[in-house]
Amino acid sequence: MNWTSIGKRLGAALVVMIGISMLIFAIARVMPGDPARIALGPNATAEQVAALRAERHLDAPLPVQYFEFLKALSRGDLGKSLYTNRPVTTDIAQFLPATLELCIVSAIVMVLLGLPIGILSAHFRGRMPDHLGRLVALIAVCTPAFVWGVILQLFFGYFWPIFPIEGQLMQSTPVPPHVTGFLLIDTLVAGNGAAFLDALYHLVLPATALAMSGLGQCARLTRSNMIEVYDKPYVEMERAYGFRPFRIATRYAFRPAFIPTLTILGLEFAAMLGNAFLVEKVFGWPGLSRYGVEVIIRKDLDAIVGTVLIIAAAFLIMNILVDILVGVVNPRIRLAAGRG
Amino acid sequence: MSEPGSPVVARRGGSRAVAAFVGNPLSVLGLAIVVVIVLLAVFADFVTPFPDHVGPIGDFAAMSAPPASPYMLGTDAMGRDLFTRIVYGYRLSLIMAVVVLAIATPVGVIVGLVAGYKGGWTDYILMRITDVFLAVPPLVLAMAIMGFLEPTLMNGMLAITAMWWPWYARLVYNVTRAEAQEGYVLAAETVGASTLHILFREILPNCWPSILTKMTLDVGFVILMASSLSFLGLGVQPPTPDLGSMVAEGAKYMPDGWWLSLWPALAILLVVLGFNLVGDGLREAFEAEN
Repeated sequence: MNWTSIGKRLGAALVVMIGISMLIFAIARVMPGDPARIALGPNATAEQVAALRAERHLDAPLPVQYFEFLKALSRGDLGKSLYTNRPVTTDIAQFLPATLELCIVSAIVMVLLGLPIGILSAHFRGRMPDHLGRLVALIAVCTPAFVWGVILQLFFGYFWPIFPIEGQLMQSTPVPPHVTGFLLIDTLVAGNGAAFLDALYHLVLPATALAMSGLGQCARLTRSNMIEVYDKPYVEMERAYGFRPFRIATRYAFRPAFIPTLTILGLEFAAMLGNAFLVEKVFGWPGLSRYGVEVIIRKDLDAIVGTVLIIAAAFLIMNILVDILVGVVNPRIRLAAGRG
Repeated sequence: MSEPGSPVVARRGGSRAVAAFVGNPLSVLGLAIVVVIVLLAVFADFVTPFPDHVGPIGDFAAMSAPPASPYMLGTDAMGRDLFTRIVYGYRLSLIMAVVVLAIATPVGVIVGLVAGYKGGWTDYILMRITDVFLAVPPLVLAMAIMGFLEPTLMNGMLAITAMWWPWYARLVYNVTRAEAQEGYVLAAETVGASTLHILFREILPNCWPSILTKMTLDVGFVILMASSLSFLGLGVQPPTPDLGSMVAEGAKYMPDGWWLSLWPALAILLVVLGFNLVGDGLREAFEAEN
């Protein structure tokens, strides 16, 4: 992957991003009800509603409203949340890191568990570990994240209480000074190892619950790709030469089999950003999702638009990163791009 | 809900397909799960022990009773039989899934067919619109739509449909792109067949296996999405029995009332698993057929 193709990819992402902003803007404006009236509540006077309509350009034609919205957006202004009474960007900056931290740790869990399950399944194809692995993967895919959350909480938080079931830190653990907003990083920056471990400890159950669906997909795809590679002549040759099965699996078969898996990781990460809403509710996680649900229930227009836009942007960026990574891992794409 | 695979398979006289489906114990297990759940949901009024527990109140003498006769799965905080409410929850979920797919599939199929066959600007514009929908996590988009609507059954289905059609558009688009190059399409064009004829009579039949497989899998995933929305309080409202809101409601009584959320949670798992197994079986059956 060279700079030209990365540039093209960014261009396409920009088109999609503009499309998303139009879509969410249209949803917010076309839906029945007067946004100003909804925002101010039933007790507001007609003058107050009219004032807010004027302030937000709600009386202007839709294209003009959209243009005003874009103008504000280009200044980094997503409007004001009527729920927290603060700029939406401030709210998002406060809540996003906890959600991203949860999603990133989940992605790591997904890869660390999903890949080995898939590799073992392929290696023991048609035998007991394979059946077990496939069943686990299938059940993982079929179960909504909140169901995993509730089940994990019940078994590992109550019946066999080995993990905390709520929040990011224990009450007794001092919250580290805000540097990045990511607790795992902030605790290390503060040099507080105990707090770091506590934060990690609190991540175990929610991150596992969030990782499950992607973990299942990852295992299923890795298994079928590995099986395909196992049937290739060069693997047969390696077997004939007496290479040990472990070496064949981890060194020669895994790398080509991993590339298709890598491409779905972006999609799975996107699903996580959505499913985080469910997991955060189960585990009382102070992330963007809790904020998102709260503003949706309160019909807090600007905040809803801002939250959706940020999540869509995070998703797009993630997919571009995956594309670049695929290029790095796959020499054929890398070389083709280099020549082109 | 009929048993999804057989009519098509039978019409094609595909004994190999039937053999492939029946030969896989997991597919048969899935079919059994699906049939039992569908029968329960259809005959809910007759098979549930306490049909009147669908409403807001049950038997206050038996509030939060643990699983024991006569309440096989226990009762909730309102003294309502959980088994009864889960069966009615299944009925609601299945209705939602059927309605969502009945709207989303034709819309997606038409967009995919037209974009894939016409090419050029039509293709570019339709598929970029599709991309936009696919670029937002489905749950978030459905939530945002629900945010501006009242949380009712109708609006819930609307929100899920709005984010579901693009997947069918993508799927049919890819098949159409490949099929449009085939000789039989060229032949139809040469004899002057209308575009409508080519799209629906020539190309569409070749998309059916992929569409049917996806629809079967999606019954499960629409149920999953609908229960996720109602878990967040953005779907069907109480007292209507809904699996997602039952889990959310039950979670308040953990761990003492563990059955309150565990059974509905497992009920969701079971129905999604059933449709997934059948869908996977169908895919293998169609592959064996060709």
